[in-house]
Amino acid sequence: MSGVTTTDQQILLKHGAGGRAMRRLIEEAFLHAFETEPELRPGVIGVSAMDDGGAVRIGDRWLVLTTDSHVIQPPFFPGGDIGRLSICGTVNDLAMMGATDVLGLTCAVILEEGFSRPDLQRILASMHDACREASATVIAGDTKVMGRGEVDGIVINTSGIGLTSRLIRDCGLQAGDRLIVTGTIGDHGMAVMARRHGLELESSLESDVAPLNGLIAAAMDAAPDAIAAMKDPTRGGVAGSLHEMASKSGVGVLLDGAMLPVRDAVRGVSELVGIDPLHVANEGKAVIGVRGEAAAARVLAALRAHPLGRDAALVGVCTDDHAGMVVLDTGIGRRLVAEPEGELLPRIC
Amino acid sequence: MEFRDPARARALAETLTRLTDQVGREVSVMHVCGSHEQAIAKFGLRAAFPPMLNVIMGPGCPVCITDLPEIDEAIALAQQPGVRIATYGDMVRVPGTAGSLADAQARGARIDTVYSVAQAVELAATTTDEVVFFATGFETTAVATAAVLIAGVPENFSVLSAHKYIPPVMEIVSEMPGTRVEGFLAAGHAATITGSAIFEPFVERHQKPVVVAGFEPLDILAALAKLVELIRDRTPAVVNTFPRCVSREGNRNAQRQLWRVFRTIGGRWRGIAHIPNGNLRLRDEWARVDARRRFAIDVASLWQRAPSTLVRQCICGDIMAGIKAPSDCALFGGACVPDQPVGACMVSSEGTCRIWHQYGGIPNLRGVSCPV
Repeated sequence: MSGVTTTDQQILLKHGAGGRAMRRLIEEAFLHAFETEPELRPGVIGVSAMDDGGAVRIGDRWLVLTTDSHVIQPPFFPGGDIGRLSICGTVNDLAMMGATDVLGLTCAVILEEGFSRPDLQRILASMHDACREASATVIAGDTKVMGRGEVDGIVINTSGIGLTSRLIRDCGLQAGDRLIVTGTIGDHGMAVMARRHGLELESSLESDVAPLNGLIAAAMDAAPDAIAAMKDPTRGGVAGSLHEMASKSGVGVLLDGAMLPVRDAVRGVSELVGIDPLHVANEGKAVIGVRGEAAAARVLAALRAHPLGRDAALVGVCTDDHAGMVVLDTGIGRRLVAEPEGELLPRIC
Repeated sequence: MEFRDPARARALAETLTRLTDQVGREVSVMHVCGSHEQAIAKFGLRAAFPPMLNVIMGPGCPVCITDLPEIDEAIALAQQPGVRIATYGDMVRVPGTAGSLADAQARGARIDTVYSVAQAVELAATTTDEVVFFATGFETTAVATAAVLIAGVPENFSVLSAHKYIPPVMEIVSEMPGTRVEGFLAAGHAATITGSAIFEPFVERHQKPVVVAGFEPLDILAALAKLVELIRDRTPAVVNTFPRCVSREGNRNAQRQLWRVFRTIGGRWRGIAHIPNGNLRLRDEWARVDARRRFAIDVASLWQRAPSTLVRQCICGDIMAGIKAPSDCALFGGACVPDQPVGACMVSSEGTCRIWHQYGGIPNLRGVSCPV
């Protein structure tokens, strides 16, 4: 069919949407370009791991490095804006690898000619606030302006570095590990979607965008050696994260549908538009795999004691069966949770 | 959440198992509605069905059964200067004989995605172009099309009807050689209009029971239990298990509007068969708004390209006829995925393949054991 050639020869929006199409693009194009030479040195976790960031061993600790570009329409949305998102995204990627102490951030901004100066001020102010919440500082930056139509409003890239003595990967799950989500799912994606489509329910929908390093530090302190894997379920949602963690770790996942925390407003919109909250992006949540029932209980208690983890819940368990698959128990029956395709909503983070 | 209560659902599933056991052999039943398949897949109901009960999705996806020449007509119209096609989102991506409306759009044709026929009328009011509403769907959406035409439309608005009428296709499926189907679940929303009585002549002729069902998990389980009970007792009857919405007579006013605008004619349903009285066309009195009479539509010019090898391997027709399952298709999940569909069943959110793919490809997880 004619569509086949087009898809192969051009970059489409789905290639950036966090699903299977994006993973394949990275595997087929980027990994090839970045990994073949020079060979990775021992003690380096590189792009081929496709984790939340890279890591370099320094003595008995790991330096974690990550980068993220942020393009979102609209730049201001209920619960946040592109500025807050750009700080939280990078801080959270560091935290997911165990680097909850942020050594420093960089910030590169690309602006379109004609972009509103007061809007820029608002965005910078919210970056400032988010940095304070995360105890992080922007220590280097870059600014570019492009002509009208050459970029859509504003693009922000941030990079971050952090040190950790306990490097946590997204591939460390084993059968029997408990799975925790740190709060309600689908809030960010549904809020952005509602704003974009002018849905009536908007007032009760808010993005969850928040820096998670404080929350994650509390979880790690509660069970220092029992955190088996972590991931922040941004594009692709909890389903995307679980698929990635399960297939990298070689385990199956069994979710208890009744335990998944979902706000009523999010559930309502999800029924209306036919999108599963499991596939919807979050910007202030983590999926944590914990080894052992007692440790899981300790982690859950520590999360719930933190303001960002009040709705944390034990939602599932890893299994020997059906490796790489995510199964949902609906209370009535069971079904597989599909890996996100991508393109639910382009440009949401 | 009254109709999703897990404890009541499990109790109904046990009843369903007991009834199926009493029949003492494999029982195959068919539903003819994408919304039923959605609910079955989303709530994992197949894992709760007894192993001896085979619930088949029939031709219940309006997008999927829209025939190739009908899509070709829309494409040919869209390529005429000064004509815009307005249609539902899923229709844009369904492949016709030579590409889809989306492909035509990429070549410059003007296609507008609308959520309702009313929105297409609004579009016509804002332009001097001819706006043709490519009307698809069963009697439920046909009623909406009829109501809009009766209310009056702008001069530049017309309808290309690919509406389908469900009752006749149940006859065809029942008469297919080798069919295993012993009874039908009828779609509750369509029956709110037609009434449950519409199925009585069918039951009389074919001696197969029909149960009208709602769309929540408990609705579906209860309706299946009733259907298996009727099969067990060899009682061909129409039973309405969705009385909170459906009456025996249906919505008389909507029926009057439907038949004032439309008449049934025979026509092909994609991949299935020629269905006598299965298509809805505009009556002569509505010729002025009938795109087929208003324009000369040249579809032959689209037919220079043969369908690709992939299209020839597609088994959507057998899937919609209930003879095969998506997992029997060599293309399913590989060459045919939602963002690159080969067959219509992978395009529509009501298509069997799309639903199976969305819910993980293997909705039957009876074999998966639970470690906790």
